[in-house]
Amino acid sequence: MTDIPAGAIPVTPATQGAPASKVRSYWGSVWNRLRYDPVTLFFLAVIILIILSAIFAPWLAPLDPEKSSMANRLRPIGYKKFLLGTDEQGRDMLSRLLWGGRVSLMMGILPVVFATLIGGAFGVVAGYYGGKVNMVIMRTMDVFFAFPSVLLAVAIAGSLGGGIFNQMLTLTVVLIPPICRVAETATSQVRSLDFVDAARASGASTVSILFTHVLINVLSPVLVYSSTLVSISIILASGLSFLGLGVSPPTADWGLMLSTLRQAIYVQPLVTALPGIAILITSIAFNLVSDGLRQAMDVKT
Amino acid sequence: MWLYALRRLLMTIPILLGVTIICFALVKLAPGDPVQNLVRPETPPEDIAKLRAYYGLDQPVVIQYFVWLWRVLSGDLGTSIANNAPVASEVLRAFQNTIVIAIISVVLAFFASMALGIIAATRQGGLVDRFVTAVAVFGISVPTFWLAVVLVILFAVNFNWLPATGMGSSGSDSFNYFDWNDFKFAVMPIVALALPPLGIMTRTTRSALSEILNQDFILTLRAKGLSETSIIMHAVRNILPGAVAMLGLQLGYLIGGSVLVETVFTWPGTGFLLNKAILTRDIPLLQGTILVLATVFVLINLVVDLLQSLVDPRIKRI
Repeated sequence: MTDIPAGAIPVTPATQGAPASKVRSYWGSVWNRLRYDPVTLFFLAVIILIILSAIFAPWLAPLDPEKSSMANRLRPIGYKKFLLGTDEQGRDMLSRLLWGGRVSLMMGILPVVFATLIGGAFGVVAGYYGGKVNMVIMRTMDVFFAFPSVLLAVAIAGSLGGGIFNQMLTLTVVLIPPICRVAETATSQVRSLDFVDAARASGASTVSILFTHVLINVLSPVLVYSSTLVSISIILASGLSFLGLGVSPPTADWGLMLSTLRQAIYVQPLVTALPGIAILITSIAFNLVSDGLRQAMDVKT
Repeated sequence: MWLYALRRLLMTIPILLGVTIICFALVKLAPGDPVQNLVRPETPPEDIAKLRAYYGLDQPVVIQYFVWLWRVLSGDLGTSIANNAPVASEVLRAFQNTIVIAIISVVLAFFASMALGIIAATRQGGLVDRFVTAVAVFGISVPTFWLAVVLVILFAVNFNWLPATGMGSSGSDSFNYFDWNDFKFAVMPIVALALPPLGIMTRTTRSALSEILNQDFILTLRAKGLSETSIIMHAVRNILPGAVAMLGLQLGYLIGGSVLVETVFTWPGTGFLLNKAILTRDIPLLQGTILVLATVFVLINLVVDLLQSLVDPRIKRI
């Protein structure tokens, strides 16, 4: 399991108010670079496929993911109607993997979104105002950096107890400090640029400077950094579920499935490995796409 | 140098205080009455009242924190609910088992990543380079607990080469790392722990090294007619301080993040202790273990920074 990489991303100022002529927009040029990157495109397709299969799980799943059958426990891959075998309670693995993807993907994406909003806001405020405000916010974040991310997640979730809401809360708290740090660095770099001074000199209010000039330039490094956290969030979430700190049992979740199937490794080793393969593929896909995105957007970490 | 060391040392104090505040807050986070969380469910009410006074729970939170902090500083991390043993001694015993395999893993990962990074950086864009990059991506993306399960499936279930779990008959107290009959129990935990740092360090080594290899002084060395090996040695010397810092950081992550791997292998270290604490909702044990691990992490970072400023005199600012 990887830890959250320290992010210090120099800002590449987005072209402000690009002329209306045929000059390619910032996002247009990003897409143009992505187009010639087969690895990123391939894994982007994989991600879209995984997301679609999670969304349409109710229609795609051949059987009820929570219906157990004592007669069909731990069947091998391809046994009768069970395409990917059954788990220790005789539930269809394929259906559970499809449904489990919903929880695991949600745990990969939602905490990152929340943490980006909250951590980003704190970071922009700290970076823009500087001084005491900056000190209070950033020194508080430093304390959270004193914990390896897995340990912090286990600490918070372990105290709060299991459950989907607690898991989401835990992951959000764990992801806020690194995002806040990236946003703070980016903001304090933008703040000292001439066009911000010019806006201030021309009498623009703080709010309008923040929204029209600072935010747009902070957005791309923060978003790129956040995208690298999705795979970390998925792995952390499945780790917590594995420890029993996630969804409660009958619900399917990749981490929890791996944990309950662990007792069956001597009977059905291949079936046991399946949920982990799902986590691995998803995590690799998100990792490589965020790498490609970073290169295309020319943001250095 | 000494001024920097002193400053860096002083900076650690507020961080450690912050760590204690978070650990103190963990008990407050747990649902239910804090005293009920600290004792067995069958404890008589008069004892609970006594404990309430002992922990100062009738006092304001700030006072409670300082009462608790004072106790922690004098070495009392509370009492485990599960077996009534002092948390401090439980954590200390488990910590020995964690630190040894963490150090072995991270050192193995370091040397392997240097080798892979050098091979990849000197053959940029080639097939070998791509293979190394793939290995690195796998190491970074793989969930360690799944890797651990797969290792068990392969080497314990299929080939029956290595024992699946535990520490063997010697147990935690007389475990001998130099005796194969004992050490074989540590092999799979070490491998499972080593892969993620291997991935991260390989990626860092490769990119740092290829950046150096594209610099002008390398061209000069080549023009002077130096052999390829000696050129690589020059480049490696340049990335070494950063790589060693990385090694320290990864060691910290391994010590703090070993909970999943140790759970799969029932390796009796601090991670396994955390898992036990979660399963039995043993909040004092959870709190004490987290506090010790976070403190160790902070101290490792301190040592890494100091060592780095010793190796690389350019680091004097802050």
